[in-house]
Amino acid sequence: MNATLRHAAWVLRGNPVTLLAGLGTFVLLLLALIGPALLAYDPVASNVPMALQPPSAAHWFGTDQLGRDVFSRVIAATRLDLAIAASAVALSFAFGAMIGAFCGYIGGRLDRWVGRFVDVLMAFPLFVLAMALVAALGNRVENIIYATAIINLPFYIRFARAEVNVRRNLGWVEAARCSGHGPVGVVMRFLLPNILPAMAVQVSLNLGWAILNAAGLSFLGLGVRPPTPEWGIMVAEGARFITSGKWWLVVCPGAALMFAVLCFNLLGDGLRDILDPRLRT
Amino acid sequence: MSGLLSVADLHVSFTTRHGTVPALRGVSLSLAAGETLGLVGESGSGKSVTALAVMRLLDRAAQVTGGRITFRGEDITQAGRGIMQPLRGAAMSMIFQNPRAALNPIRPVGLQIADVLRAHRALSAAGARDQALDLLRAVRIREPERRLGAYPHELSGGMCQRVMIAMAISCEPALLIADEPTTGLDVTTQKAVMDLLGEIIAGRGMALLLITHDLGLAAQQCDRIAVMERGEVVEEAPPAALFGAPRHPYTRRLVAASPTPRSEVHTLIGLTPPLAVLAPPPGPPLLEVEGLGKRFGPGTPAVDDVSFRIAPGESLGLVGESGSGKSTIARLVCRLLDPSAGQIRFSGEAIDAFPAARFHGHPRRRDIQLVFQDPGDSLNPRFSACQSIADPLRKLLGLSDPAELRRRATFLAERCGLEGSLLDRFPHQLSGGQRARVGIARAIACEPKLLVLDEPTAALDVSVQAVILNLLDRLRRDTGLGFLFVSHDLNVVRMMCERTVVLQAGRVVETGPSARLFSAPTAPYTAALLAAIPHFNPPAALTPAARA
Amino acid sequence: MPALLRRAGWRLFGSLPALFGVVVFTFLLMRVLPGDPAIFFASGPNAGEAEIQAIREQMGLDRPIPEQLVRYLGDIGRGRLGRSMGTGQPVVTDLVNRLPASLELTLTALLLALSCALPLGIVAALAPNSAVDHGVRLLCTLGVCVPTFVSGLLLIYAFYYLLGLAPDPTGRIDIFASQPPRVTGFLLIDSALAGDWEAWRAAATQLVLPATTMALFVLAPLARMTRAAMLAVLTSDFIRTGDALGLSRRRVVLVYALRNALLPVITIMGIVFSTMLGANVLVEKVFSWPGVASYALDALLASDYAPVQGFVLLMAAIFVLVNLVVDLLYGLADPRVSME
Repeated sequence: MNATLRHAAWVLRGNPVTLLAGLGTFVLLLLALIGPALLAYDPVASNVPMALQPPSAAHWFGTDQLGRDVFSRVIAATRLDLAIAASAVALSFAFGAMIGAFCGYIGGRLDRWVGRFVDVLMAFPLFVLAMALVAALGNRVENIIYATAIINLPFYIRFARAEVNVRRNLGWVEAARCSGHGPVGVVMRFLLPNILPAMAVQVSLNLGWAILNAAGLSFLGLGVRPPTPEWGIMVAEGARFITSGKWWLVVCPGAALMFAVLCFNLLGDGLRDILDPRLRT
Repeated sequence: MSGLLSVADLHVSFTTRHGTVPALRGVSLSLAAGETLGLVGESGSGKSVTALAVMRLLDRAAQVTGGRITFRGEDITQAGRGIMQPLRGAAMSMIFQNPRAALNPIRPVGLQIADVLRAHRALSAAGARDQALDLLRAVRIREPERRLGAYPHELSGGMCQRVMIAMAISCEPALLIADEPTTGLDVTTQKAVMDLLGEIIAGRGMALLLITHDLGLAAQQCDRIAVMERGEVVEEAPPAALFGAPRHPYTRRLVAASPTPRSEVHTLIGLTPPLAVLAPPPGPPLLEVEGLGKRFGPGTPAVDDVSFRIAPGESLGLVGESGSGKSTIARLVCRLLDPSAGQIRFSGEAIDAFPAARFHGHPRRRDIQLVFQDPGDSLNPRFSACQSIADPLRKLLGLSDPAELRRRATFLAERCGLEGSLLDRFPHQLSGGQRARVGIARAIACEPKLLVLDEPTAALDVSVQAVILNLLDRLRRDTGLGFLFVSHDLNVVRMMCERTVVLQAGRVVETGPSARLFSAPTAPYTAALLAAIPHFNPPAALTPAARA
Repeated sequence: MPALLRRAGWRLFGSLPALFGVVVFTFLLMRVLPGDPAIFFASGPNAGEAEIQAIREQMGLDRPIPEQLVRYLGDIGRGRLGRSMGTGQPVVTDLVNRLPASLELTLTALLLALSCALPLGIVAALAPNSAVDHGVRLLCTLGVCVPTFVSGLLLIYAFYYLLGLAPDPTGRIDIFASQPPRVTGFLLIDSALAGDWEAWRAAATQLVLPATTMALFVLAPLARMTRAAMLAVLTSDFIRTGDALGLSRRRVVLVYALRNALLPVITIMGIVFSTMLGANVLVEKVFSWPGVASYALDALLASDYAPVQGFVLLMAAIFVLVNLVVDLLYGLADPRVSME
């Protein structure tokens, strides 16, 4: 373990970006937890006389068409955006890793049927599939989570399956069988712990994508509804005013979105470096 | 002597994250035109680095920190691409290990040969094609016209290496460097390729720098041999002198550890023979295999009608080239795979009908254990050595007390020559030999009656192999284990096994006592295999005959 | 060539189960949609109870599910996807009218992205850790983080509001410009065929911003993949062979490395195209582009499900076709697969 920490320290020294990304992620999590308590303005209270003010000392990110403070709304949205992405990724990771690992190890009929199911899911452009799922399940926030989880599922199944497949005939797996482990033991005690680090990297990279995805759906008017503060819907509301030059309505929530995605992506790249220095490019 | 190549006091070091690591520490070599020099040594000794330094093909992390490389009187120690590119291929060429990967996978081999020709000579496409055809004939590829358009994946490993040779000699270079040219090829293919290479070198008057870990191969091909150890040339001499009277202690150890037709297990590590030949105890056989067959999909079966028996405490060898089905048989006997035909009886009990997918719960599971080929792959990367050894104890004997598991693991490890202090290390912190010991300790943890060994030393250096073979031999004598010893190395099998089964394409070619089978083979295939092994004449002082 | 055709046929055959799965999946999606499907297929929201009942019987919604599935398959086979409440037209007609707009946008963006990403990735891989490489990597890292709807709006702000270079970001062509006669539905092609260069220019300027937006979105993954593939190939054994036998640097890089590095890039083209079809929805909304995606989105928000269903089927069908093309391209580029 000590060696792993040393290696991590070495990677971080050579790659301060990962450290910054880790810090950024920490700030985001902090904002999600306690952000709403720190705000000077109520993120949903309108103040029409103050509508569409550009950024100033009083309103760092300006105000929107109802005079709401954009900064407060951007901060307040952190929790919802992260929660949607995190729950969706957690769901698809938990199911995807298990299903994929067992399919990869056991193979046979189970593997074929799951493979077909995955093929069908993958035959849809994923964002379009998410739209259709939200439409089918109902236009609600939790359905955004399920839809994002489902479109991520094939990805995790395939990844876990492929990772298990390259290992299933290695010596230590056969040795585990010789030591009396059945399929469940081999998968749970041997294979899953070994593919977990690689999957952790995917989770981190995937979180960024899930955030983009959820924000995209609410930009289209699916899932989250006004006046709930959420980055995607804020951009959508601001879009009406971009041709009249009210840039902060789009730029501020957009920048928050980009910052979150950037942090998770960089963290994922950094994790990959720590786990496998050979992949370092 | 007209010097073609001279390397004087060459120092190369690699920049790594742990600082600068020296790879070559003052290597000096010289090679005259038309001469053949062997460069032998174990992994990490710096053989390949020397060759790449001569070709100026070292990667960015490596720096030449001292010394001189002179080629035809010209100093090329720090020569750039402008100087080297016209030389490479035309004046000095190199062929590599793993020939299939060394060829461009999506370009027909004829075009790849033509590419080299046209890089150095003004030739039309048609002219280059004709010369490529001549070259394919010269390396004795059958149906050369058809092979011109073939892709590497359509050719066997041996044929790929012939193509590689054709490319390397296409512009008649004065120096050819061959880096482990036959490692990974079957022994008969190896012989054919080496014979061809020797002929071409002699016929065209090229100098050859042959890099190999195989002393026998170097002895057969080379005028002189240089032995490398940890970045230095420790001894250089003609083969007869080197093997007849090695001067350096490392050379002496290396020569002793290399299996020959006359060596015995204990002579590999320089011991006097301590033990008599084992006589198998009377009683029913431990393992009986009858008419065993295994078929993966359509086509010819991987294993076809194989029968043999192993008496308690007996060691049976299973030899064959790649694709002979020997590893499949090992897995069938271990009940990791289900046979398509035939019976497997263990101590008289039929165990073939019980499906492999559920055999982990069979009472016989603990009696049959497997030792794996690549020690890097055989240990769970996330288990410490102790956890790996304790795993079967926990699962098959139902032990759960940590102190008891630790005590037993320590005992097993020490029995296999692994210090207790290494038990908390993870596989990547252990050397190849140490990993092999952990694998053996795990396999004998539950005191099995039969140990199946699948090429247990194939991935190890000869000196480590010598020690591991002795460990296995002693274990067998101490515990009365039966061995099914799978290997491609006939010398190793002869030393380790009382009886041997020779396989070819999934079928048994010959079975018999090892001593008889290796001295007077009856099957032509066995004879061909034996003839293909490169030999050197071991020093008289080390042969058992001389001692007796 | 016959081998290629055989492979194409074989692959098309192989994608049939997936297509069938897609249809079944869409069918199930329809059945769990909130509300009564019969209402969606009725003439409009004001359809009388009797009409809905008639449609329900006509559609066989009172029959067992498997029979409904068979009928549904038959309907799709005859191109009957229902009627849109919003436009009052059959969904198929609407889709056919609007598909060229979406395809024109997506294909232009793909061309744009490829023509930038490939050179960038190659240049970066040839000089790892140089300034160029760091620049490309920064671009890739940032590129994947910018959502299309934000980059699109920023482009509008910069080029329409600030610089005034771009036209009003609404639709495919300036409403005052003359529409060329419809032949292919691709405005650039149609206006060129008609020789109407004024219209061509109007359509092209209208296309630049949305296409750039979408190209930016896939530029990063493409460049990253190209760079990684090129780096991996450059360290492989056969490149060392080429160097060891004195091939020129140009030959090694262009013939030996690049052709091999393009193989993994080809394999991800399917995924790239899929992301672009998804991003299409967002871009069409930002630029009020009259394509199939904005059509489906409007329908979806108005709880008009027949167009949504038609759109999902169409997207899946296009995607299956694209994967087929990618697969054939790969077969052409890599001799190892055409063996099978």
